[in-house]
Amino acid sequence: MQTLEQQPELAREAQTETRRDKVLIVDDQQELLDIYREWLSNLPSRPEVHASSTGARAIALLDSEHFDLLVTDLRMPKMDGLQVLAIVRRKFPSLRLVVLTGVTDEAYRSRAYAMGVDLFCQKPTTKEEAQAFEACIESLLGREKEAGGFRGVQSKSLMDIIQLECLSQSSSVLRIVHQALNGKIWVQGGDVIDAEASSLAGEDAFKEIMSWKTGSFEILPADPHRPRTIHSSYHGLLLDSAQAMDESHTEFITKSDTEIERATGSPMAKLARFEGVEFVLEATTDGKAPRAWGVENPEVLLGWAKQTRERLKGIGNLLQAGPLGHVQGNGLQRHVSLSDHEKGILCIGFRRDMNAEQVLQTTKQVFTKWVS
Amino acid sequence: MGLLNKFFKTSVPELNRIPSGSFTLDGKGNLVSSTVPTWFPPSHLHDIGQNIVAIFRDAQQAQLQLSELIVHYGALKIIARELRGGAIIFLSPKAAQSPVALTK
Repeated sequence: MQTLEQQPELAREAQTETRRDKVLIVDDQQELLDIYREWLSNLPSRPEVHASSTGARAIALLDSEHFDLLVTDLRMPKMDGLQVLAIVRRKFPSLRLVVLTGVTDEAYRSRAYAMGVDLFCQKPTTKEEAQAFEACIESLLGREKEAGGFRGVQSKSLMDIIQLECLSQSSSVLRIVHQALNGKIWVQGGDVIDAEASSLAGEDAFKEIMSWKTGSFEILPADPHRPRTIHSSYHGLLLDSAQAMDESHTEFITKSDTEIERATGSPMAKLARFEGVEFVLEATTDGKAPRAWGVENPEVLLGWAKQTRERLKGIGNLLQAGPLGHVQGNGLQRHVSLSDHEKGILCIGFRRDMNAEQVLQTTKQVFTKWVS
Repeated sequence: MGLLNKFFKTSVPELNRIPSGSFTLDGKGNLVSSTVPTWFPPSHLHDIGQNIVAIFRDAQQAQLQLSELIVHYGALKIIARELRGGAIIFLSPKAAQSPVALTK
């Protein structure tokens, strides 16, 4: 009798059996569900495949047991795929989402990505496309849910990703999303030629992006007409970024926030040190009392913030417009912003001389610090 | 792959679109004008408008005196300006981004 060690095939199967991924497929056509089930069940990772012919039943299934991946059609009667995505993204933020549809309209593709799907696929029409789809699903299932790293290449730092792009002499645009911040890095023939992040450009933007430790990224087609603003080698850029990260980390831990908190006696003060910020108010969902810095009437402001959030979420659901992002209110005396997160709600007041773009960018920076 | 022909449905329900355009509500909450496509239900415009007007009104009570509201959703941006108790509201679906190639 052979042991599992002697039979690597068996050992692999046994290992797969112990941690099989669970996939839920939603499509209103029963015959398609059968085909999907057969396809996905035969993937190398041997996932456990469940099927649902309606969005409502799919959500009920997700409520009752844990799934790793949801594959949904868009055009379905009663509850369509966009409605399913809106609900699922809100209720199950860590669930990986794939749209598999015959819809070819680009507007729906971008809308689905805006709602947080991991992959938007046209229904395959050739054997090659079917194989590519299977490979993508297998790849999504293979990604481990780690605390750090970038979604897309888990366990890799952004530095690794840039190095991979440059070493392979690629030409591409890397779009990186970190919390509420967006950045882009242009790589041309293996050289980093430009970057932008928030209001920064060139090397400053590159360093800012490199300081982000988590997030998601996508590789967009190359932009050969992008003017070159960065002339340093990628080796030098990465070295400078690594040094800057070390220095800022030390300062962050040993000086800035700790000292500010000690001096003011308010943990919120560190959020208010961004240019133009007049006050900060947070209400978390963990049951702790709301905290504020620089607010004259926190209860009244919090009441407005919560009611506004609920109203705007209602509008978002009505329009199926995806998750509520940042909200800016501009006034003659001051501006205000609201940011919604599973952690709670953050309300920031700004000086009236800030313009709308400055308010948005500063909101994103404060929000990122608050969330982290 | 003859079975793949099954992927194309003969009759399919339409997906809801996000409307683009602007509309105006007066101080009493009546819809005054609209450039939003006619397929979008007026009752929804009314609901959106009422909520926006209420946000401006409640902001005033919270001593915020807001004149403009910019709301970012994943797939939509709303800009609303206060108009003497009413509001003009712009709905702008976010532009499509470059798709990611589906390759192995």
